[in-house]
Amino acid sequence: MKNFFRISFLIALFFGFQFNSNAAEKVEYLKTDWSFKGPFGKFDRAALQRGYQVYQEVCSSCHSMKYLSYRNLVEEGGPEFSVEQAKAIAASFEVKDGPNADGEMFMRPGRLSDKFVMPYENEKAAQAANGGAYPPDMTVLVKARGGGVDYIYSLLQGYEDPPAGVTLDDGVYYNKYMYGNKIKMSNQLSDGLVEYSDGTNASVEQMAKDVTTFLMWTAEPHLETRHKMGFKAIVYLIILTVLVYFSMKRIWSRIETKV
Amino acid sequence: MSEHEYTPKSKVGKWFNDRLPLLTLANHLTDYPTPKNLNYWWTFGGILTFCLITQIVTGLVLAMHYIAHADMAFSSVEHIMRDVNYGWLIRYIHANGASMFFLAVYIHIFRSLFYGSYKSPREIIWIIGIIIYLLMMAAAFLGYVLPWGQMSFWGATVITNLFSAIPLVGEGIVTWLWGGYSVDNPTLTRFFTLHYLIPFLILGLVVLHIWALHVPGNNNPIGIDIKKPSKDTVPFHPYIVIKDGFALLMFMIVFAFFVFYTPNILGHADNYIEANPLVTPAHIVPEWYLLPFYAILRSVPDKLLGVIAMLSAILILAALPWLDTSKIRSAVFRPLYKQFYWILVADVLILGYVGAMPAEGLYLLIARIATAYYFLHFLVVLPVLGFKERTTPVPLSITEPILGGSPNLAAVKKKDSFKDQ
Repeated sequence: MKNFFRISFLIALFFGFQFNSNAAEKVEYLKTDWSFKGPFGKFDRAALQRGYQVYQEVCSSCHSMKYLSYRNLVEEGGPEFSVEQAKAIAASFEVKDGPNADGEMFMRPGRLSDKFVMPYENEKAAQAANGGAYPPDMTVLVKARGGGVDYIYSLLQGYEDPPAGVTLDDGVYYNKYMYGNKIKMSNQLSDGLVEYSDGTNASVEQMAKDVTTFLMWTAEPHLETRHKMGFKAIVYLIILTVLVYFSMKRIWSRIETKV
Repeated sequence: MSEHEYTPKSKVGKWFNDRLPLLTLANHLTDYPTPKNLNYWWTFGGILTFCLITQIVTGLVLAMHYIAHADMAFSSVEHIMRDVNYGWLIRYIHANGASMFFLAVYIHIFRSLFYGSYKSPREIIWIIGIIIYLLMMAAAFLGYVLPWGQMSFWGATVITNLFSAIPLVGEGIVTWLWGGYSVDNPTLTRFFTLHYLIPFLILGLVVLHIWALHVPGNNNPIGIDIKKPSKDTVPFHPYIVIKDGFALLMFMIVFAFFVFYTPNILGHADNYIEANPLVTPAHIVPEWYLLPFYAILRSVPDKLLGVIAMLSAILILAALPWLDTSKIRSAVFRPLYKQFYWILVADVLILGYVGAMPAEGLYLLIARIATAYYFLHFLVVLPVLGFKERTTPVPLSITEPILGGSPNLAAVKKKDSFKDQ
């Protein structure tokens, strides 16, 4: 058994190295309690629905969400809108379909099976409309940034006046959490920007938290299933390990060597 | 293979076995006399077999849903993560499985280094092992390219560009590898093909690795030759099977923790950004298991020499049975080697650490010293140590020190003190 502690120690040491190496360029992000953190973490349903609202009313005019479909809004472990609500959401978008029997493309209201409608026709159009910067697709954004949810949450609240000596070009803004501090997205959130239907006060902090929660879900739609299954799998493995340990002791007791 | 004859009891069994001796093989594998003092470091062979099978099975399923095309690879991975039933589970097992595989193989290799398992008569087992390790690195690198994220693309660009260091034909080789003038769709499709092929090559080599092992039998913690079967051995089944099973379950708990709770911690965030040939990431870093070699590569100022140094760092291991001149296998009886061994472990960990850091200033200096020491260990320390070192007395059999009937109390004490470390 001593050997096992040694192995575990070495593993810990090695991965400790790894985490340190990632920590090299970290800045202190704003902290908040995420309901989905930890082995039993779950999404806050209301926060997901509010987060969707923020995404829809604020972010979606520039940022696409190309791996998400409207049907996902209904699925278990997500915002869990009712089917009627999700259908209404989908129908509020015009989707290009076709070609029809005459060979023409046509517009129709969105259905649950449609992917989220893109704000721009293509990447070039997005760049042209945003001073040359491409607003990244948001589906897996939190997994694509080193700081994850804390980074996005901080960034949304990190706008401030540039310190003395820093000059900014037109269309460039100062954000203390952005890599290099210069960002082409202007400050998007201001108190009371959206009107939450559940009556929650739409402070900047609240909106940042809600939309980040929503983005965590879009990046990891099966997070809740994963956490639940992980708990079961590990409990199962531990019980089996204990049983096998005692069987092993029993078997090895036939010879005079210690295991 | 087996020293003793085996006759199946049933008539049908005998008829079959006379034509294809599978039952003899099965009998050999169950009865295979194994040293009874094997410690838990020896369980990683079984764990590695499990890792290989896990990678092949999950990989097959992923290949059913993955699309090897530069425009579709990234979104097909997202399709697996979202819409394929338990696709997220299979992909996270496969991605973290690669890390677990390397974790286990490093422990397995360092176990061999400590107990001198590469020495006569086990040189062929060792060399096959080194080839497996090389193929594993190739498979891991190719696999990392497939999701077609930013790190995939730029990692592929950096690694394939290493071949351009070869004089005269270098540039031509790189174009040939890419199937074009940059990393693009032809590169992706061939990488996918090779990534699919290599695990089966590894599987074949693993069979040879085990076959070669079963000729002389296992080495053991005190590194002596033992009579087989004897009081020093136990049959593989049930003794070793249950012990390997127990260790495997412990390993699986660690594995499950990564898969279910921190599935992306060993990967790089940039790989969730779709590959973009026009944007270079701030730092291009390989996966953690390749970092020590990456550090060696970057510590040499010249590109060609850097590539040679990196390759030599791996290939030098194949010459180890002849570089280590000591007749004593186990470090338990080699007080000096034992210390140098732990220095080497630290050296490799340091190389891994600086490999993740930018190659500048103090990090570069540390990388150079650690690289120099790495080669010094194999080329100078080991050959000299074999002649100079005063080893402690080695017991005649395994049972001796265990039963306390050893004529050699010093050896017993040594062994106990090692156990307590």
